[in-house]
Amino acid sequence: MDIWMTLLMLVVKALVLAISVTLAVAVFLLFMRKVLGYFAYRVGPVKVGPWGVLQPIADVIKMLFKEDIIPVQADPLIYRLSPIIAFFCALGVWVVIPWAPRGSFWSSMSDPNAGVLVMLAIAAMGVYGVALGGWASQNKYGLLGSMRATAQMISYELAMAASLLGVILWTGSVSMFDIVDKQREVINLFPQFLGFLVFYTASLAEAAWTPFDLPEGETELVGGYHTDYGGMRFGLFYLTELTHAVNSAVLTTTFYLGGYNPWFGLTMIPGFVWFLIKVALLVFVLYWIKCTFPRFRYDRLMVFGWKVLLPVAALNLVGTAIYVALWA
Amino acid sequence: MAEDLHLEEQRPERMTLSIGPHHPATHGVLRVKLELEGETVIKAEPETGFLHTGIEKTAEHLTWNQATTVMDRMDYLAPISNNTGYVMAVEKLLGIEDRIPEKARVTRVILLELNRIASHLVGLGTGGLDYGNIGTPIFWAFELRDRILDIFEHTTGQRMNPSYMRVGGLAYDLPHNFKEMVEDFLKIAPSRIQELKDVMLNNPIFVDRAKGVSVITYEQALRYGLTGRNLRVTGSDYDVRKYYPYLGYENYDFDVPVYTDGDSWSRTAITFDEMFESLKIVRQALDNLPWDDRHIIDDRKLVLPPKQEVKHSMEALIHHFKLVQHGFDVPAGEVYQAIESPRGEIGFYVVSDGGNKPMRVRVRPPSFYAVYSLPVLLEGYMLSDVVGAIATIDPIFGEVDR
Repeated sequence: MDIWMTLLMLVVKALVLAISVTLAVAVFLLFMRKVLGYFAYRVGPVKVGPWGVLQPIADVIKMLFKEDIIPVQADPLIYRLSPIIAFFCALGVWVVIPWAPRGSFWSSMSDPNAGVLVMLAIAAMGVYGVALGGWASQNKYGLLGSMRATAQMISYELAMAASLLGVILWTGSVSMFDIVDKQREVINLFPQFLGFLVFYTASLAEAAWTPFDLPEGETELVGGYHTDYGGMRFGLFYLTELTHAVNSAVLTTTFYLGGYNPWFGLTMIPGFVWFLIKVALLVFVLYWIKCTFPRFRYDRLMVFGWKVLLPVAALNLVGTAIYVALWA
Repeated sequence: MAEDLHLEEQRPERMTLSIGPHHPATHGVLRVKLELEGETVIKAEPETGFLHTGIEKTAEHLTWNQATTVMDRMDYLAPISNNTGYVMAVEKLLGIEDRIPEKARVTRVILLELNRIASHLVGLGTGGLDYGNIGTPIFWAFELRDRILDIFEHTTGQRMNPSYMRVGGLAYDLPHNFKEMVEDFLKIAPSRIQELKDVMLNNPIFVDRAKGVSVITYEQALRYGLTGRNLRVTGSDYDVRKYYPYLGYENYDFDVPVYTDGDSWSRTAITFDEMFESLKIVRQALDNLPWDDRHIIDDRKLVLPPKQEVKHSMEALIHHFKLVQHGFDVPAGEVYQAIESPRGEIGFYVVSDGGNKPMRVRVRPPSFYAVYSLPVLLEGYMLSDVVGAIATIDPIFGEVDR
């Protein structure tokens, strides 16, 4: 009886999580269109609903009602599977994110004592969706996009993990809750500043966000890995991309901005709200970056990942290790 | 397609990739057949002709003045240049170029330079987009360009294809608030262009991608017949406005920006510099605009008489009838008139057999030569540079294919 109850609660939680993340992404989609609009002397969507609030819903409905086309030359099984893999991995990261202080039932989906590793593992799997998608559609642009995505994600994963090692050493734990609780007084941004820079940059690359959006490279590769995708399958890839971007903000918040911990001693605002405020702030920075930067070139991207980010992350790790060994 | 596959069988490590004819980065309908090794371009082969409209041939079936309307439609971003170039060629044939009223000449200069800015703004905006900056440059540039188009709309009645030039001057007089509109534009333009320049030109990623990329040397540029910006980035200072002045350009004080690297970055930087020079010219021209002058030559054989006169004077009615039904005849001969369009030297070689229609109008389109220099600009560089190179040479395919 007990085990069934636990299982049922898990399923309910998972459903609530999946739905709320998808809704959150829809909100961020509207937010993005508005912000990009204002950056460009425009007003963004205004026609669908008051102030354009129903625009994301209209987008999804449009995607759903489009004809479902599978190119003749595509591998039908993998072609269908890859958007699902991609979206699943993007959502999966949220399983270990702490929303609110430990103890409450809703504070997180699960609390594994190696949360960071789970997060990294799920995020690393995301590359399959993109790589298989481009490969299965048997399109040259798609293939090039997939190749770029694979090389980029694997390279930047390394820098990302290396920068997280600093946080783990600093905290002395790989549990997500421990990392957030450690930041009650001082957020990790200050002691781990180098690590923060590397992590944020690498997480942008993981999300294939500007200036690292080479896998789609819409002006070079038409659409990159999703060139031959249409309808809701493309929609899933698009949602994945946005979810990845939001993930980048969420993870940076958790690791470096203190997660649900209040800032400036404002404890009357609940932790959950603090978490959302910080995420929204970082998401705004994402859109800001999208408006400002052009795209890297493939070879420069590799050089930047391996010769700049990775050494900086290593430097950060060594510095943290020396400090922790001698003074902590 | 068959030959492509055959090629891939022979060299399995190479991939043939067709950029275009409809591809987001080709700015129209260019096809570049690329041979790739990884992401490096081994061979590039441009192919044009997808937008062939037969404008040169069409012009042979229109009277001299009617043909101005099709000239607009070649370089649709710089219609005033095409218009003016053609009209000036016809004026040269008629031998009336010294009798064009000063107001028409100065207005032509103002509109030409405004058009140059508008065209460069489109090139920069879409170029920024091609370099992957989806947010700002294109919208900032288009917003500013729209103000120029507003001036055109108010002055000529059309935004894109004004057809405002006529043989002998302008189609109709300037609107009463023309000066104020241009003044307003001159007030905001420098800061806006500077803003765009700050965002685009010195962005480290852009510098990284564009500096030393898609280089063309002076000798190569000459061999491919490049003109305009694309030639001036290689160290040459050839500008038709300075070398063969027309419309009184020798009286204006402006510099011809020159760069020596011949790379994509210089091609972008020189565009900004040229816009500032154009603003200088517009400023001077606006100050010298003789407002009370006639807008078109006073010649009943070329220009319709005023409507009021047609109602009372027999002679005016005859002229009206003759011009509408037949147009005017141009003495037999041939002439070449080049002007500096935003894309380089656009030349009009016009032949007349003495009739009321051109016998042949041959256009020397600057973009055409730029497009066929693409192999030099692309081979040995990477796939991402292809987009940058196409964007920075800024070809217009209406003009390439005509």
